[in-house]
Amino acid sequence: MTLSSRHIQAYLLLLPAFVFLVGFTHYPAVATLIDSFMSTPRGSRPAQFVGIQNYQIMIEDPVFWKSVMNNLWFALATIPASMAISIFMALWVNNKIVGRQFLRMSYFLPTVLPMIAVANIWIFFYTPDYGLINQVLQLVGIKSQNFLGDPSLALMSVTIVAIWKEAGFFMIFYLAALQTLSPSYKEAAQIEGASPWYFFWRIQWPLLMPTTIFVLVNALINAFRMVDHIFVMTNGGPNNASSLLLFYLYEVGFKFWDSSYASVLTVVLLSILAIAGLMQFFLLDKKAHYR
Amino acid sequence: MKKIIGTISTVAACLCVSTAALAQTEISFYFPVAVGGPITKVIDGYAADFSKENPSIKVTPVYAGTYQDTIVKALTAHKSGKPPTAAIVLSTDTFTLIDEDAIVPIDNFVKTDEDRAWLKSFFPAFMLNGQIDNKTWGIPFQRSTVVMYWNKQAFKAAGLDPEKAPQDWSQLVKMGTKLTKRDASGNVTQWGIQVPSSGFPYWLFQGFSTQNNAILANTSGTKVAFDDPKVIEALQFWMNLSQVDKIHPPGVVQWGTTPRDFMESKAAMIWTTTGNLTNIRKNAPFEFGVAMLPANVRRGSPTGGGNFYIFKKAPQAEQAAAYQFAKWLTQPERAAQWSIDTGYVAVSPKAYETPALKAYAADFPPALVARDQLPFAVAELSTHDNQRVTKALNDGLQAGLTGTKTAEQAMKDAQAEATRLLRSYQ
Repeated sequence: MTLSSRHIQAYLLLLPAFVFLVGFTHYPAVATLIDSFMSTPRGSRPAQFVGIQNYQIMIEDPVFWKSVMNNLWFALATIPASMAISIFMALWVNNKIVGRQFLRMSYFLPTVLPMIAVANIWIFFYTPDYGLINQVLQLVGIKSQNFLGDPSLALMSVTIVAIWKEAGFFMIFYLAALQTLSPSYKEAAQIEGASPWYFFWRIQWPLLMPTTIFVLVNALINAFRMVDHIFVMTNGGPNNASSLLLFYLYEVGFKFWDSSYASVLTVVLLSILAIAGLMQFFLLDKKAHYR
Repeated sequence: MKKIIGTISTVAACLCVSTAALAQTEISFYFPVAVGGPITKVIDGYAADFSKENPSIKVTPVYAGTYQDTIVKALTAHKSGKPPTAAIVLSTDTFTLIDEDAIVPIDNFVKTDEDRAWLKSFFPAFMLNGQIDNKTWGIPFQRSTVVMYWNKQAFKAAGLDPEKAPQDWSQLVKMGTKLTKRDASGNVTQWGIQVPSSGFPYWLFQGFSTQNNAILANTSGTKVAFDDPKVIEALQFWMNLSQVDKIHPPGVVQWGTTPRDFMESKAAMIWTTTGNLTNIRKNAPFEFGVAMLPANVRRGSPTGGGNFYIFKKAPQAEQAAAYQFAKWLTQPERAAQWSIDTGYVAVSPKAYETPALKAYAADFPPALVARDQLPFAVAELSTHDNQRVTKALNDGLQAGLTGTKTAEQAMKDAQAEATRLLRSYQ
């Protein structure tokens, strides 16, 4: 009796969260999967079951593959770079240096600013001839580059903005983790005469592993989620050179109004993100050193 | 007892008020903001003024974001069964709205001679995108075209007549060559001509293609002519400006920074929307001129901007009220003031005869250039599955401008993709 009433109480407490999860996460995911096997309803033509036709269209769609490749490069560049920079910044502002608060704040600032606003500013940084970056380049004798208008530079340019935006955010996690480490490790290392690198590599880095995994998964998810600045800076151009998967999904869904093909792309994106999430649970968790 | 009577009378009074409110038709009206200035305030003012003159109708304007946000919101609402009564959406979205069965033809409401006269009062060029299958689906409201801005100071410095903009393509290249300045090491410090190509290059390209006497799509929106030799030639001309003549910045040029490039004297001539007029007038530190786009075989420019649409699933009484509102919005005096406030082209010839717009144009003649160009203007590219077909062209144009494909290859690929997309509409 007590047990079952406790059960009921527990379920009642879980109910609100459960309703929201089903309503906004599980149901849409299942509905998307179903829609991906249907045709797009238009006006008087209702949706019909078309099997895997939408998936075949996707496999033959060069823009889809271009977006996937772009997204892989985007992920390969943003994840290690933003993590490395964030850990470096965290170690730096964890030291007792003058103006530490100011430094911490300025490193964190990009995270606070809305992406749409900073993308508009970055457009002017990248502007040919008189943009900030080109002015610096010209000072050292390099010709002015059309960063956002050159297919070989556009993806790199939007990637840099993403790294700049993310590094500060991850720094906060590393900084918080560094501050939980007992100062006695450092004292012991100093007494033993360990070099700063040895101390970092053999003591801090292993102890930071749980944070690193958390940051890694977040960086991976963000690499497939962060597209706000694409809308402002390049619109996926020139000729799809900077189109990312989620950006293309938006185009298909809300510009072309092809909801079934958009569902297929959503299924692909969801699978990628699910794999990223599962990786954390099953693979990396074993390698992390939790106390 | 007194208390009870008091309560009853209050309740009765409330009931009366609410019945009065029920008799009022309420219409919702989605609008985007695509240019600078206090647009939201102006539209709210229109709604209030309209309700004052027509107490039986209450207009609730809803600011919906950009054009893209507005159509997303309107169509999503339509699909859920509760669309806005009316909305301002791009004139090129007409096919999309029809294919989604979202709007009703304006002709449904045109009953009196006065109505018919009103429907004929607009510039014909602005009606092109909204008229399909002999029906009018959208009423021009905030409309624009492409014009050329030129820096008079730069013209003087290059030894050109500062009062004369290039009239045709060969003059454009000749003057552009003189206006392109290079420093000692060969870096360009000022480009002769700049035509933006990010985001929606098809719109500016329609300037070149129309001037070369090519029309990109048929009026029923089922066929495109991207691989027409005249279209390929037009793209080749645009590509040559940067790749051969070296008077135009290379690669894809940002739409957003083009007015700034002009004001910084990095480009002596630019093509952009008339909607930038007020901005450039306020911020350019030199004298500038506004001209029609140069001609080749003919003059030409596309129209652009947004139309007023009425949604199908709205109740009939609301649709009729929205129609009244559309008529009220486009009266000459109001169209004139709207043009002065925003820089959009006033939608009817009569608006240009109003004292307000006459006085404004006398003080600032460039405001008339867009109107004078209208007789040469063509419909903005619009087809079934519009944004997808347009993307095929955009991708092709950018591939050409960045040198990844030849003009011919780029347009042939765009044509093949567009033909594939349009096959179910044949």
